[in-house]
Amino acid sequence: MTRYFTDEHEWIDVDGDVGTVGITDYAQSQLGDITFVELPGAGDQLKKGDAPCVVESVKAASDVYAPISGEVTEANAALEDEPELVNSAPESDGWLFKVKMSDASELDGMMDEAKYKDFVSSL
Amino acid sequence: MRYLPLTAENRAEMLGVIGADTVDDLFTDVPEAARLKGPIEGLPLHASELAVERHMTRLAAKNLSAGAAPFFLGAGAYRHHVPASVDHLIQRGEFLTAYTPYQPEIAQGTLQVLFEFQTQVARLFGTDIANASLYDGSTACWEAIAMAGRITRRKKAVLSGALHPHYVATIKTMAKFTGDEIADAQPTVAPEPDEAGLIGRIDDATAAVVVQYPDILGRIGNLQTIAEAAHAKGALLIAVVTEPVALGLIEAPGKLGADIVVGEGQSLGVGLNFGGPYLGLFGCREKFVRQMPGRLCGETVDAQGKRSFVLTLSTREQHIRREKATSNICTNSGLCALAFSIHMTLLGGTGLARLAKTNHLRARQLADRLSGIPGIALVNSTYFNEFCVKLPTDAREVVRALADRGILGGVSLGRLYPDYEAIHGGLLVTATETTTTEDIEALAGALEDILAGEAA
Repeated sequence: MTRYFTDEHEWIDVDGDVGTVGITDYAQSQLGDITFVELPGAGDQLKKGDAPCVVESVKAASDVYAPISGEVTEANAALEDEPELVNSAPESDGWLFKVKMSDASELDGMMDEAKYKDFVSSL
Repeated sequence: MRYLPLTAENRAEMLGVIGADTVDDLFTDVPEAARLKGPIEGLPLHASELAVERHMTRLAAKNLSAGAAPFFLGAGAYRHHVPASVDHLIQRGEFLTAYTPYQPEIAQGTLQVLFEFQTQVARLFGTDIANASLYDGSTACWEAIAMAGRITRRKKAVLSGALHPHYVATIKTMAKFTGDEIADAQPTVAPEPDEAGLIGRIDDATAAVVVQYPDILGRIGNLQTIAEAAHAKGALLIAVVTEPVALGLIEAPGKLGADIVVGEGQSLGVGLNFGGPYLGLFGCREKFVRQMPGRLCGETVDAQGKRSFVLTLSTREQHIRREKATSNICTNSGLCALAFSIHMTLLGGTGLARLAKTNHLRARQLADRLSGIPGIALVNSTYFNEFCVKLPTDAREVVRALADRGILGGVSLGRLYPDYEAIHGGLLVTATETTTTEDIEALAGALEDILAGEAA
């Protein structure tokens, strides 16, 4: 499984043709206490750059952009009752949704973990 | 500093900055044919204040105001007595001049009013929560349909045939731009609403079933049965209340299975106002709070631990996320909400129940009197303060004849449903606490005369 990062602070784990998407630890720390996550539904068709998901914190409501095109296969139902999972485990249990990717070449040019760390430290 | 009117130099300077030669250049976008040439015909170029005042008073005297005549109009806008203290209190500068409360630290009074308002609406509707008001009843109804679409991820609304036709028109106008499917139905003039027909139209694609309560003819249907049928298909039930005073006497829709309850708040505190401004009421189940349009005011404590109020949920509003706003009706009808809240506070729970009872008793008196007139038949088997009667002739003609006698005798179905000729004999009549026995006698006597004249 390979993990990629975007400059909009999403991560995507790629396993075969399915990508699991979440927001990074840096993103959750900037947002503060997360109170609600509006998730996409299974079957939704996404284009890279769409905003299928909204993370609301006590400070703001922020769009989460689709890092990749494809069809949503699952959303993290646990977040309906426990949105704070995005704060406590942003890069594991707090994942947002899974996508069956339609064009894996869109992954090209995304950052790996080391590059993303450099990117964040430059902000 | 003296006030100096605009000089020719000032004007030339401003035009120079814009890059125009004359003031007329600023109106080049207006087609030539649409421009006014010369003064308005019949209107003097100037008149003294006294002359204008007298002229306007003469014009105003041509109106027949609701309070000056026996008044039986309803159909979504009701004449009730509004205590004088409501108008006095809403005109306090702190309330009257305040815009929507974006800055909680300087708008605690307004926010507290909204908090009380939400509490009253939620109790009235029997819903877990209510928002801080919308524009009016019909647009609140559309917002509810859009919200049901977001929750169910479906795009079809099934409307009761007894939903106010103006509400239906508003919904269809909005749906034209969202692609939602709106399934409406022909109105039926019968003692009971066609619940089986409505239930039969609910399918797996239905996001919301919309039912008015009491309905456009004043009938009080069985919401529970419809709620169960809607829920069985995964759809939500939206109940529409155009006469909130009714809820002082009949069970709240939220207690009968409605998921979203919307309404028109005009009846309480607001007054008829020639058709506006009115007040949209909106309540729903707590689990849907994140999908609710508008704004919600919450209670909290400040840094010193003192009770205080803030706008807690308004992420679907344009001042937070303009591009994601689900409601473009951002103008919180704050002052109307305040009037509603003051009126409700003055009444209290017991007062509202008493007011509702008076309304119903007056309506029964009216129904008894009218149904004794040859040629008139009462349609409803249930009603609150409004009901439908069948006349032997087009009710529009009768309404005009009544108006000629200084009686505002009701709303004809021909006016509401110009395309359904078969029901044009229907007349909606309403009685409220403002209706007197003399008013009822005046209407009944005039109807007897008019219908006897028709028969002759």
